[in-house]
Amino acid sequence: MSTSALLMLVVTEVTVTLFTIFFFWKVLTVPPKPEPDSFADNDDEAR
Amino acid sequence: MTNSKKETWGSRMGLILAMAGSAVGLGNFLRFPAQAIQNGGGAFIIPYLTCFVLMGIPLLYVEWGMGRYGGKSGQHSTPFMFGALDKRFFWKYLGVFGIFTNLAVAAYYCYIESWTLSWAYHSAAGHFLGQTQGQVAAFFNTYVGLGTSEPVMFWIFCLVLNTWILSRGLKGGVEMAAKIGMPMLLLLGVILAIRGVTLSAGSHGAIYDGVIGLNYLWQPNFSSIWDPVVWRNAAGQIFFTLSLGMGSIHCYASYVKSKDDIALNAMSAGWMNEFVEVVLGSAIIIPIAVGYLGVDKVVQMTKGGSGFGIGFMTLPYLFAQWGPALSAMAGVMWFGLLFFAGITSSLAMGTPCMAFMEDNFRWGRTKAAWTFGAAVLLLGIPCVLSQEAFGEFDYWVGTISLVIFAMAEIILFAWVFGMEKGWKEITRGADIKVPIAFKYIIKYVTPLFLLVVFFGSLPEIWATLTKKITGAVLFARILMVALFAAISGLVYVANKKKVAL
Repeated sequence: MSTSALLMLVVTEVTVTLFTIFFFWKVLTVPPKPEPDSFADNDDEAR
Repeated sequence: MTNSKKETWGSRMGLILAMAGSAVGLGNFLRFPAQAIQNGGGAFIIPYLTCFVLMGIPLLYVEWGMGRYGGKSGQHSTPFMFGALDKRFFWKYLGVFGIFTNLAVAAYYCYIESWTLSWAYHSAAGHFLGQTQGQVAAFFNTYVGLGTSEPVMFWIFCLVLNTWILSRGLKGGVEMAAKIGMPMLLLLGVILAIRGVTLSAGSHGAIYDGVIGLNYLWQPNFSSIWDPVVWRNAAGQIFFTLSLGMGSIHCYASYVKSKDDIALNAMSAGWMNEFVEVVLGSAIIIPIAVGYLGVDKVVQMTKGGSGFGIGFMTLPYLFAQWGPALSAMAGVMWFGLLFFAGITSSLAMGTPCMAFMEDNFRWGRTKAAWTFGAAVLLLGIPCVLSQEAFGEFDYWVGTISLVIFAMAEIILFAWVFGMEKGWKEITRGADIKVPIAFKYIIKYVTPLFLLVVFFGSLPEIWATLTKKITGAVLFARILMVALFAAISGLVYVANKKKVAL
């Protein structure tokens, strides 16, 4: 690959991948909000 | 009878995957690489990412914000969400675009989705083995020309599958499909991308290394940045890829409670879509096609900027060069990947239409789902029978109405509802700090951007309207106008009922 093509590819793909991982990691690590929240799977009451 | 008010997402991850699935569609793998090739190669990424930051991210925030705000008053579709932001009657009718677009796009999108299932079947059965490239292309032409009854059978199956999943509701249907479809899509995408970039000249009949294709796609032609057409195409790709201006993001977000985050969810789903498009989408069709056909042929095949020709007419032939077992696996993976991308998007088109009937006419979920399926079936018939009608639907609802709707929503949110209130809505319960710059981008830059895109398209719209048309095109146009009028009529009736109460 030419240097300019490789540079464009690496810079773009690394940037996009890092942002994706960062936001995904935030979703996984942020503490859940107190109930009731929007999501049924962690409801306190028996369904 | 299940009312939409009782609907809820099962988990946050399910919501994000469903939202990302709504955005990730066939265009991520077929349209993006073709657009990049035709608009400056690697340099295309500069206007593309600029449009993502100045138009894509702001509109994601606005649509998630509007959706959650509308959900507070029990509205899960855009006509009365718009009505909740401003009481003047015309906003409700501009909100009709959020139902109309979904229904009309679903009419032809489900048909394309059914092609992927059919091609996966033919790949698994080894029907493309031993065929020339011309024979595979002829198979496609016979298929879309309805030379057999098979396209109709696959289309009906696909419609029934979509409707059945929708009838299972948000958590048990849409979310479940996203939780299966999105990981499968990522897995298949990674496998095919690795295969694409590691394809070497001489192996399985390839003439060039796959990297040659990657090099061509990423080779920047910086002079293209000064071409307004490239910017318009980049903006169009961002619209297309993020499912903006459709009303489906609003609907999914309307099931989020007001204290829960939308900012991080929006970014997570939006960037996941970008990962699939930019990282995986650029590494499959172009490297493989260039590996066998060379750069010049691929440039010629992507001229229309859609990549459909390579995806359906060329790749099955190229896979067949890999031998019976590998070609069947590659074909099932490629068309399976496109199918998962397609179905997670078409489900997102059904949800707002169903929610509108459930919220305003007290319909049950099952009745709403099967009515949506029947409406898509009826609207889809002209698209199945005529390629011209198909193209007409794609142009007016898949391109123009998205921009009109997005202009309406951003003016309503930032200028009528007010950016101060709007900003509070976006940042309420946020799990990330939203850069304050977006407050000003949403208010000034994005509307300007959209106006430029819209006015830039006016000459083309005028040319389309004034050129000589066939009966199929006229019928498609009448159908679209009738559909818009019918949904507006339903909004009128629902509004009367609300006033009477």
